[in-house]
Amino acid sequence: MSAPATSASRGATGSRGARGGNTPSAGAAGPDPGTSRMLAALDTVRDPELDEPITSLGFVTSCRLSAAGDAQVRLRLPTYFCAPNFAFLMVADAYDAVAALPGIRRTEVVLEDHFASDVINGGVAARAGFVQTFDGEAVSELDGLRAGFLRKAVMAGTDQVCRPLLAGGTTLAELAGMTLGDLPESRAAARLLQRRAELGLPSADDSPLLIDPATGARVSEDAMPLHLRRARTTAISIDANAGVCRGMLAHRYNHTPGLRQQDPGEQDPGEQDPGEEEQQ
Amino acid sequence: MYQKDGEKYFVVDGHLHYWNAAPDNWVPGAEQYAKGWIECFHAYQGLGPPETHWSIEHFQKYSEDDLMKDVFEDGYVDVAIFQPTYLKEWYKEGFNTTERNALMGERHPGKFVYNTRWDARDGDSGIEQLRRNVDRFGSKGCKLYTAEWNAGSRGYKLTDPGAYRYLEVCQELGVKNIHVHKGPTIWPLDKDAFDVADVDHVATDFPELNFIVEHVGLPRIEDFCFMATQEPNVYAGLAVVIGGLMHARPQFFNKVMGELLFWVGEDKILFGSDYAIWEPKWQVEGFMNWEMPDREEYADYPRLNNDGKRKILGLNAAKLYDIEVPAELQGPGTPGAHEVLGEASPQRV
Repeated sequence: MSAPATSASRGATGSRGARGGNTPSAGAAGPDPGTSRMLAALDTVRDPELDEPITSLGFVTSCRLSAAGDAQVRLRLPTYFCAPNFAFLMVADAYDAVAALPGIRRTEVVLEDHFASDVINGGVAARAGFVQTFDGEAVSELDGLRAGFLRKAVMAGTDQVCRPLLAGGTTLAELAGMTLGDLPESRAAARLLQRRAELGLPSADDSPLLIDPATGARVSEDAMPLHLRRARTTAISIDANAGVCRGMLAHRYNHTPGLRQQDPGEQDPGEQDPGEEEQQ
Repeated sequence: MYQKDGEKYFVVDGHLHYWNAAPDNWVPGAEQYAKGWIECFHAYQGLGPPETHWSIEHFQKYSEDDLMKDVFEDGYVDVAIFQPTYLKEWYKEGFNTTERNALMGERHPGKFVYNTRWDARDGDSGIEQLRRNVDRFGSKGCKLYTAEWNAGSRGYKLTDPGAYRYLEVCQELGVKNIHVHKGPTIWPLDKDAFDVADVDHVATDFPELNFIVEHVGLPRIEDFCFMATQEPNVYAGLAVVIGGLMHARPQFFNKVMGELLFWVGEDKILFGSDYAIWEPKWQVEGFMNWEMPDREEYADYPRLNNDGKRKILGLNAAKLYDIEVPAELQGPGTPGAHEVLGEASPQRV
């Protein structure tokens, strides 16, 4: 496998690079219970574009909790110019996830090495929204942006659960009649269910498996081939983006892994999920 | 020209640069952006094979001789299309301007095509500049970087009223190939800056223009594919797909190529090395040696034969830019190239 992937996978085994000094909680003795809880909380924070936890992507470089309950998290991104709206969402979500833990007195999340680091860090620390943080440069908060990318995640998830079924002999007609409850248990299925629930889309056991993620309406059998084709393209696009991001992050930081960084390689991430569902 | 198994292939590099991103060209007060930009590009280079990586110093500023050797001597390229990127808020003389490209290129007649650029926010003076550039450099195409920062603004959309004025002038002047490069910022910042819906609109409104979406819309390959399949005048610029995936993520490369062949098709895909991010040599060789693996997960993707590769590697771009292709390099299955050459004057180079 490629150099970036190999180096990124080192993160899973906990090996340390030149910047290991930044990562006291990942020491040989393992993180203490406080930082473990923080990392578990950060596992629930996702890159909205890539639909993966910021931890497994390698974006978390440091996670500290003082005896007094002061939490500090340091984040990094693959490039200096990563889109500021997504960067803001990740910093704000990380803040919310950590601040919600019991026993935390004060939370600080610092995004490093980004063109808008100061603006984003200041805005999140002040609990200002995106519009206020980027005064004059934004007209609305990021809920619409986030929902748009959740819909893409639903499409990608649809591909991840349907392709194995079709490969196993399920016919299109059978697929058309299936509900979420008919899905065999898998991480991909759990993930799809969770994404649909987040969007307020039908997510009960008797909800149709194939729906339009914009409206929630069942996909007709006629429309299924195109729907599944689009789902597959969406999944591949997200995977390819994640591959590029991982490679650039590895290059930018000289292959030093982040805390709990993992690389699913080129397999379907639905089957290699780092398990954020279990953490919730 | 690339040669394999007795077959010869005409190579048009549809996307390359001759930049100066060294500290001597950084705008005082904006050094962090100039530095961040070139370091970001350098990280992209990290996705290619290790033996093709450059030091950051070399990458910031390479010479004319470097380019001529990497692209034409070693890289098999017959004709290369310069795609300027100005970024004058960060780089004193611009990152890679039409003028810089042409001053270098005029010492090598016949090798280069000089695309120019415009910015929808530059108003009348920008339109005058566009007219002058087309007159002086014979540009038949332009490169638009919609995320460019300009006097406090962080970007624009092609559907902005200002952009329509420029597109009308392009149509009038015969600047028929509009290369669109999306970046991470736009106004307003709460929208997805990589969204290609604006390309969809203008492709419909300007049917005489061709819109080449660079790096196939990455990171929005899916949106690009769904759009391009419906618009006859939308093309895929392959820069970044080969450079960024073929070595680093070969299986994703197979899948992305499969998707592009399915939705867009081999007649509307253009090779581009994105030099100096990546050298063309390994990209041309790898692409010509690439085949869709014979595996179940790729079973429903179209296959790409040598005729298809010939189009992607050069003939499709030659058609868009009226570049003369020597008869022995036109290949057997490409009558389209003949038709174009019969009626159009060769590119002024």
